[in-house]
Amino acid sequence: MIANFGFGVLVISFLVSSYSVFAAIYGERTKNPSMVESARRAMLLTWPLLTLTAGILIYLLVNNHYEVQFVYEVTSRSMPTYLKVTAWWGGQSGSLLFWSWLMSAFASLVTLRKWDRDREFLPWVIVVACVTMAFFIGMNVFFENPFAQLYETFDGVNAYTFQPANSVAFTPVDGRGLNPLLRHPGMVIHPPMLYLGFVSFVIPYAFAMAALITGRTDDRWIRLTRRWTLWAWLFLSFGLVLGSRWAYDVLGWGGFWGWDPVEIAAFMPWLTGTAFLHSVMIQEKRGMLKHWNMLLVILTYDLVIFGTFLTRSGVLSSVHAFAQSAIGPLFFAFIGLTLITSVALIIYRWNDLKSETQMTSLLSREALFLLNNLLFMSILVVCFWGVIYPLISELFTGAKVTVGPPFYQRATAPLFAALIFLMGVAPLSAWGHSTVKTLGRALWKPVIGAIVITAVLFATYTRNIGALIGFFIIALVLLVTVYEYWRGAVARQRSQGENIFTAFWNLTGRNRRRYGGYIIHISIMLMAIGIMGISIFQSETQGTLSQGQSLHIAGYEVRYKEIASWDNAGAGVNYTRSVLDIYKDGKYLGQLTPRIDYYFDSEQTMTIPGNRSTIRDDLYILLVDWEPATSTGATFKVYVNPLVNWLWFGSLLFLVGIIIAAWPENEREPVAVKAKVGVRQPSQPSQPSAAD
Amino acid sequence: MKVNKFVIGGILILGAVVFLIWSSTAATQEYFLTIDELNAKGSSVVDKNLRVSGAVIGDSIQYDAQSLTLTFDVAHVSGDNADLETEGGLAIALHDAVVDPSRSRIKVVYVGPRPDLLRNEAQAIMTGHMGEDGIFYAEELLLKCPTRYEEAVPEQAS
Repeated sequence: MIANFGFGVLVISFLVSSYSVFAAIYGERTKNPSMVESARRAMLLTWPLLTLTAGILIYLLVNNHYEVQFVYEVTSRSMPTYLKVTAWWGGQSGSLLFWSWLMSAFASLVTLRKWDRDREFLPWVIVVACVTMAFFIGMNVFFENPFAQLYETFDGVNAYTFQPANSVAFTPVDGRGLNPLLRHPGMVIHPPMLYLGFVSFVIPYAFAMAALITGRTDDRWIRLTRRWTLWAWLFLSFGLVLGSRWAYDVLGWGGFWGWDPVEIAAFMPWLTGTAFLHSVMIQEKRGMLKHWNMLLVILTYDLVIFGTFLTRSGVLSSVHAFAQSAIGPLFFAFIGLTLITSVALIIYRWNDLKSETQMTSLLSREALFLLNNLLFMSILVVCFWGVIYPLISELFTGAKVTVGPPFYQRATAPLFAALIFLMGVAPLSAWGHSTVKTLGRALWKPVIGAIVITAVLFATYTRNIGALIGFFIIALVLLVTVYEYWRGAVARQRSQGENIFTAFWNLTGRNRRRYGGYIIHISIMLMAIGIMGISIFQSETQGTLSQGQSLHIAGYEVRYKEIASWDNAGAGVNYTRSVLDIYKDGKYLGQLTPRIDYYFDSEQTMTIPGNRSTIRDDLYILLVDWEPATSTGATFKVYVNPLVNWLWFGSLLFLVGIIIAAWPENEREPVAVKAKVGVRQPSQPSQPSAAD
Repeated sequence: MKVNKFVIGGILILGAVVFLIWSSTAATQEYFLTIDELNAKGSSVVDKNLRVSGAVIGDSIQYDAQSLTLTFDVAHVSGDNADLETEGGLAIALHDAVVDPSRSRIKVVYVGPRPDLLRNEAQAIMTGHMGEDGIFYAEELLLKCPTRYEEAVPEQAS
């Protein structure tokens, strides 16, 4: 009964969002503001409606309503309540609903802002947001109903939206539960973060489309959505980081990123989104690359839809989900339609999007930004090629061929290195015109510093040539960025008479986007150090130990102390926990307790590593096997992952950087910014080369 | 002339990226074969990067914890999704493959920790090489068990 009510509300939400689309178009065409207002109100109504729908679904999940198929599939009685709530996005139909719910929340937030000067955008933003929303709600209503209930007919038990004739309601005693691998805090917040990022990218796209349709193709749409884009980027980045952390903690292969197609699907919109964030700055400052920015935001939007589809439908990892449900072809149709329509709009407005300035100097800031964009797009092409290569090869040669992680590592490593190098050079180049000479003058000090650092590393840490090149570039970028930051602060200290900390603080506050960007660049360098550490210097050993025996690796001694196994009947898990004493160079450091958990209901084991993290390295131990009856002992696999903690620390700093950049500016600046001048800060007198 | 240097630069970058993709693909591509195909090709595929998928036969799983050597047999399953679908889905296709003694099988050797998802009727996707001895030496082992959970369980690599 409650489930039927939930489905009813879902249908109403679908109707309301569809109405909103037509009302907005009709109101705009007939120049009828009250019709547009009606569309806006209808859109505002979707959020409470979808919240009610979601509330009903959560009620069913929490109260073990296993007659509902979705509840049966994603929860079980032994799961704690918070996991039952988060099981909302644990399956396909639930996550589609989650997507729509977020979309309605963001769409409402957008329409509640002041629209005074941007009235003409409103109807089209509503249209794009509601078309997207109606598509997702429609998926739920027509194909993936989260409220479908189980009925027993002569054909057996199946899920139906409405009770079929000659059937009996069927209620399983218990649900199938959530995969133990996913019962991890990182996995609880990873999907919502990713989805927040995905969904918030719809808003810039909606404004871009509104700009194209209305012909108001100056950079107003970019200014209106700049902060949205940053928040979207924040969520998406955070989602990716959480996923990596989860893989590191749970999947037990001592790594964090596997170039799995699903990961790539979430990474691709991040690539175009990041390129977009950079290239909009060229449009704001120089009025160039307008077509390109439009294209990037469109690509991001469609990759977001594609990513949602891939991460949830299981097309790639368990291929048979594809044919089972009709949503695959529909998703592709939707992506195709929006892509074609959007590109057609760009072509229609081609002349309005002409650049206002010519790019002249190869080393100017805008040229380097363009290069940055090309590199991001190249990585995107590599990723896309990797995903579709099996299809292409089968089509043309008949042979099924795939490429795995080695392909991505090999093809993207030089591109990432070039990007990082660019990160060091670009902030030093000037808008409009730069030469080798002006760049060289700004660069020589950091270059010498980086050479010294590399030499020290050569003498003390590593002789690996790839690593040394990597460390050189990273050191260079860090020095350039810190030096730039430092110069700004010192200049401020001198001119404003502030102490150096206040100067840093105020400098950052006065130009959040720029200095937030610097912090992001620094954090990327820290992450790069971590990634290089684990991918180049990882060492591993393994062995079977009896009590008191040790394994030795990278100065660590891992001594096997004891093992115990017990049941936790309430949670339905058997724990096998080993205890290891850890010594480094003879000094006792503490204990690590790698475990194997066995889940009775799913007959699945889960290997929980013991991990000791320092800034120098991680000691990461897996309990591989153990002999309960005899004293032969237990088998361990031990990884030493140098520097990997820099990755996690860098990720946190990265978030701080984005928050600084995205934080609302003080409203002190004149509101009536003329398009070309923008929020550009008065540049510091002592920084002629880097006038943002 | 001003435009030309950008065009030249663009072509250079494009060329570099195409070369990068082409050379990386050539160096790392893996031939996806079913076990029937693998047996048919015999020694001609020795030394090639291979990716083979099959149904794990639970009784054959042996693990030597001393050397971390895992051996098991896999049975042929179709590599074509449409075929799998007509067989009634992946779970049923895997089950049929395991109980059918006439299916071609192959022995797999893998060194490393025993993956959590390795069990009877799991689908194993293995990357590695075919040895002269007719044994498949897997360097990477991905497993999935389609029966249990609705969502796509992330493949667990080892």
